[in-house]
Amino acid sequence: MSKGVLSKNKRNSKVFKILSLTAVFIGFIALGIMLVDIFIDGAGRISWDFLSNFPSRRPGRAGILSALVGTLWMMSLTAAFSFPLGLGAGIYLEEYARKNWFTKLVEINISNLAGVPSIIYGLLGLGIFVRVCGFERSLLSGALTLTLLILPIIITTTRESLKAVPKSLREASYALGATQWQTVYSQILPVAMPGILTGTILALSRAIGETAPLIAIGALTYIAFLPHGVFDPFTVLPIQVFNWISRPQHGFAINAAAAIIILLLITLMMNSVAIYLRRKFQRRVKW
Amino acid sequence: MVENNVFDISALNVWYGEKQVLKDINIEIKANCVTALIGPSGCGKSTFLRCLNRMNDFIPEFHLEGKIINNGTDLYAQKIDPIEIRRDIGMVFQKPNPFPKSVYKNITFGLNIFGVKDTEKLDKIVEDSLRKAALWDEVKDDLNRSALSFSGGQQQRLCIARAIAVNPKVILFDEPCSALDPIATGKIEDLITELKKDYTVVIVTHNMQQAARISDFTGFFMLGELAEFDKTKKIFTDPSNKVTEDYITGRFG
Amino acid sequence: MTRKAYHKELRELEKKLLNMGAMAVKAVEGSVEALSNNDIKAAKNIILNDHFINKERFDIEEECLLVIATQQPVATDLRSLAAILSVITDLERIADHAEGIAKICVMNNMKPLVKPLIDIPKMTEKAVNMLQECLTAFVERDIEAAKMICDEDDVVDDLYNQVYKECIMLMIDNPKVIEGATFLLWVAHNLERIADRVTNIAERVAFMVNGKMEELNTSNY
Repeated sequence: MSKGVLSKNKRNSKVFKILSLTAVFIGFIALGIMLVDIFIDGAGRISWDFLSNFPSRRPGRAGILSALVGTLWMMSLTAAFSFPLGLGAGIYLEEYARKNWFTKLVEINISNLAGVPSIIYGLLGLGIFVRVCGFERSLLSGALTLTLLILPIIITTTRESLKAVPKSLREASYALGATQWQTVYSQILPVAMPGILTGTILALSRAIGETAPLIAIGALTYIAFLPHGVFDPFTVLPIQVFNWISRPQHGFAINAAAAIIILLLITLMMNSVAIYLRRKFQRRVKW
Repeated sequence: MVENNVFDISALNVWYGEKQVLKDINIEIKANCVTALIGPSGCGKSTFLRCLNRMNDFIPEFHLEGKIINNGTDLYAQKIDPIEIRRDIGMVFQKPNPFPKSVYKNITFGLNIFGVKDTEKLDKIVEDSLRKAALWDEVKDDLNRSALSFSGGQQQRLCIARAIAVNPKVILFDEPCSALDPIATGKIEDLITELKKDYTVVIVTHNMQQAARISDFTGFFMLGELAEFDKTKKIFTDPSNKVTEDYITGRFG
Repeated sequence: MTRKAYHKELRELEKKLLNMGAMAVKAVEGSVEALSNNDIKAAKNIILNDHFINKERFDIEEECLLVIATQQPVATDLRSLAAILSVITDLERIADHAEGIAKICVMNNMKPLVKPLIDIPKMTEKAVNMLQECLTAFVERDIEAAKMICDEDDVVDDLYNQVYKECIMLMIDNPKVIEGATFLLWVAHNLERIADRVTNIAERVAFMVNGKMEELNTSNY
């Protein structure tokens, strides 16, 4: 009898393994098909001209210069706003805040904010930055909106990274007569930093693909000049793609595919940096 | 050697929230001696040790009554800054916990935070502390290597060197050998015996043979009380308390 | 090399043991000398000194127990400590025999000896020599020397038999000397016992080195 049970268990385990494998393959195949489709459509379109031309009504002459530059501006600004804010808030909440009902409330809100749909952030940005603050439909409004969007992620990663630093390291520092700030700055942060940077870059890669909140605050879709400052109007790659996809001409669909490839490349590059940092982090610290 | 008390502890009671973990502890710890604290797990010996340099301050529900006088200073008086206390009363922990930095930086950290920047002086202190910790010969060519690349026993001696570097008067050891093999343990024990010439040593240990080997005085903790405190010789040959006898002879419970 | 403090304690103990051995040697030699010189004052001194040897024995015993309690000795170290504990008992008994000889000297109360001392000084010299060699063997962990010392015990036994026969002869010849001859008999007996104690020590040396408990002198006395 036990032999019967055993073979049944083995069979079940095999079936489950096959099911899991299938699920993995379906995901891979779907992704593969999309990537191949995009590459077939767009790879031929990528050229220096495509990168250095402004958008145009004629698909053959249209390029992504303003969108690409807009995206780079947007990422730099968002990083400049979100990293110090997220880091500071994370350090405060993890290291300094007293554990009471108020900090608990803040913590719960932050984790909830990470799950709010991005369009809501767009509307918030529209209300606060565009209207109340009067920043208009500028890079600044866009970057601040995206900052709001990814701030909860950065705060959470910062806290997790700080929490992952072993208690023994803090004790070692305190036992030598270090103050809390000396401990955090000299011992805890250097150990937690790669983790924090990884989280921040991954959050930025999420922001780079966001379209909805930027459309909500009213980013332009057709821009034939480069922004000169943070108060200038802008467009970004996803919006350019969105714009081209909605046109009837087949040429624009090819352009969209090519722009998607560029966007994917940027995202992949950012993710590689994140992976590199994490690997370096793991190699350096072993407890 | 003048026999004076480094710690005078009277009527010490400690609670974690509602739970009382130390009950009416009275103890005198002599200068330039090794005082060992033994007892079963959860008897309060580690808590007691961490009262001596206010490392328990980080536990939110920690509450203390009574007096711990360290060379005339009440450690728990209002105006006392725990940071200054920890400078005089160093600590070595159960698991070796060097900073994930070079050997050199591990030792200079304690000095840097108090503003010592003179390289020549730093170099000298690094060498002196490593020599005192019997580690200099093993690491003198690798001062810039990461501390984490050394063996557990070497890391623990580095932690001792790091504690020595800030020139404390007392060094507290919290089960310093429980993560080490017998050879490394022997080295640390020899080192502790050496250290008492210059420092007062208080050591918590699970290993009562270790207490027997290296200490001058032994305190036996039991259920949060100090069941017996006497010269180590006396405790291990003729304890006055039946509970102590039962514990050290393995007839406990 | 670790556990320096512990090894130092072991060395100190051995030193103390040697010191106690020297005290015992001095007592044995002194008692026989007092007897041959009829020096009651020296004899009384030896009787008083026995107290210090006893004290030394308690000190060493206490220290051995302390090392066992605090240092957890094993193997050779443990056997050395066990040997030391046994050897100090033998040394203390040897000193008691010396005290016995000194007491006889006092009891004799200045009376001339019934016969000149010939074999008794020989016995003394032999026994003392054995004891000194045995202590050296102990320190040097020399099992061969220890075995040879045990064989020498036979020489002391032979001398004792000779003294015994002579004294019996004297007593048969002249009943007036019975007391004096008995005194000499006791002295020789004490010396014979001292040599026996030395063989005990030699056995401990062998045990300390090879871990075997065995009698080394297997002659028929």
